[in-house]
Amino acid sequence: MTARVSFEVNGQRRDLELDTRTSLLDALREHLKLTGTKKGCDHGQCGACTVIVDGRRINSCLTLAVMHEGAKVTTIEGLGTPEAMHPMQAAFVKHDGYQCGYCTPGQVCSAVAVLEEIRAGVPSHVTPDLGDRPKVTAEELRERMSGNICRCGAYSNIVDAMTEVAGSRA
Amino acid sequence: MKAFTYERARTPAEAAAAVARTPGAKFIAGGTNLLDLMKLQIETPRHLIDVNGLKLDEIEKTPDGGLRIGALVRNTDLAADARVRNDYAVLSRALLAGASGQLRNKATTAGNLLQRTRCPYFYDTAQPCNKRQPGSGCSAIGGVSRQLAVIGSSDACIATHPSDMAVAMRVLDAKVETVRADGQARRIPIADFHRLPGTTPHIETALMPGELITAVTLPKPVGGFHTYRKVRDRASYAFALVSVAAIVQRDGRGRAAFGGVAHRPWRVEAAEAAMPGGAKALADQVFAGAKPTHENAFKLTLAERTLAGALAEARA
Repeated sequence: MTARVSFEVNGQRRDLELDTRTSLLDALREHLKLTGTKKGCDHGQCGACTVIVDGRRINSCLTLAVMHEGAKVTTIEGLGTPEAMHPMQAAFVKHDGYQCGYCTPGQVCSAVAVLEEIRAGVPSHVTPDLGDRPKVTAEELRERMSGNICRCGAYSNIVDAMTEVAGSRA
Repeated sequence: MKAFTYERARTPAEAAAAVARTPGAKFIAGGTNLLDLMKLQIETPRHLIDVNGLKLDEIEKTPDGGLRIGALVRNTDLAADARVRNDYAVLSRALLAGASGQLRNKATTAGNLLQRTRCPYFYDTAQPCNKRQPGSGCSAIGGVSRQLAVIGSSDACIATHPSDMAVAMRVLDAKVETVRADGQARRIPIADFHRLPGTTPHIETALMPGELITAVTLPKPVGGFHTYRKVRDRASYAFALVSVAAIVQRDGRGRAAFGGVAHRPWRVEAAEAAMPGGAKALADQVFAGAKPTHENAFKLTLAERTLAGALAEARA
């Protein structure tokens, strides 16, 4: 059983006819050949599939491609290229924010969106006062990145990379 | 995943009617729980009705000074709403204690209420489970039960409701607004919304087949100190072992609901008069008749201590 869907990926309009079961993740990887986004657990537990849809980070494995008619999807390929890296990618390189690299596209997409969430004043579990604007602290970054697992354990370097990007923009 | 047909609904009443008349049909909103279960073939809908276009994503004031939260308001937006942060902080705190940032961006208010249990035997399709396959038995009873219910359970099921948000909704006396397949709307008090397992653990809510949640309403703010304390195996992105949603007034009176302990958010209003007397006085009444397993009896002590922590926080 198939259905048609049209959405924009990294600024480019894409029209697809897909098996209704196709996750957004599989549409990106298998149909559009954008293999930067990774499949880890395929159950929303690891964050390797994180992409940014209409400005928000989501697990692309836990949503159907056909549910995204008209959406604007940004994957790691849309954030930067080897020649022109996104500042977050450059910071990950500088701070050694990865080892094997498998979780990295999801970490970077999540990290970019986290700084936007803090800038927009979205509170987190560790925000001390719900009446205050959240600040860029290591505690906030760790809590907000808890949906991205890194089995190499690059967490502290990821926090360093994010802190640098947040500081340079402030 | 089993094959299914897919359509996008245009109005709530149309969506409800379509699910009621289509065998094996289900609504899909955020999809973060349903698709997970479909991948495991625990859920096998033959038809999905996408309700994301129903424009149920507003938070508005009600005439009596409360809030009406559209069914499709995402968990992130509800937690961040200034009115919720000011007047219903327990709800913001509960939402922020649940899931991950990515999931909260997708998960909806109605979908959060309808989450299925995370009992490991419900997830393991090789094991009997009365909730997944009525009449097959309960593997959790006598099995690994550390995470499971300590009260309100039955010989058929000892699963817990996994939601943090629902515990806060319970302490806030929320009401669930729905539309039925025949177009009739109704409001279900949150206390009556989630069912105990009894002999039919597969029937989890008061919803009729096809009935669609359109909103959750909150009464006007009750003031007081709001807190949501959640105890879990890791500091973030884990389900509760025990949680407490509490609202405490200056004179020490208040309300408390517990998560992670039962098949629904657990609140005993009649026990709340004991709150000024301290956590033990209240918890003893709230958990009277508890039937923990040998693995999860610790939850009774933990619940009392978590409540004590909440009350101390309120006094500080």
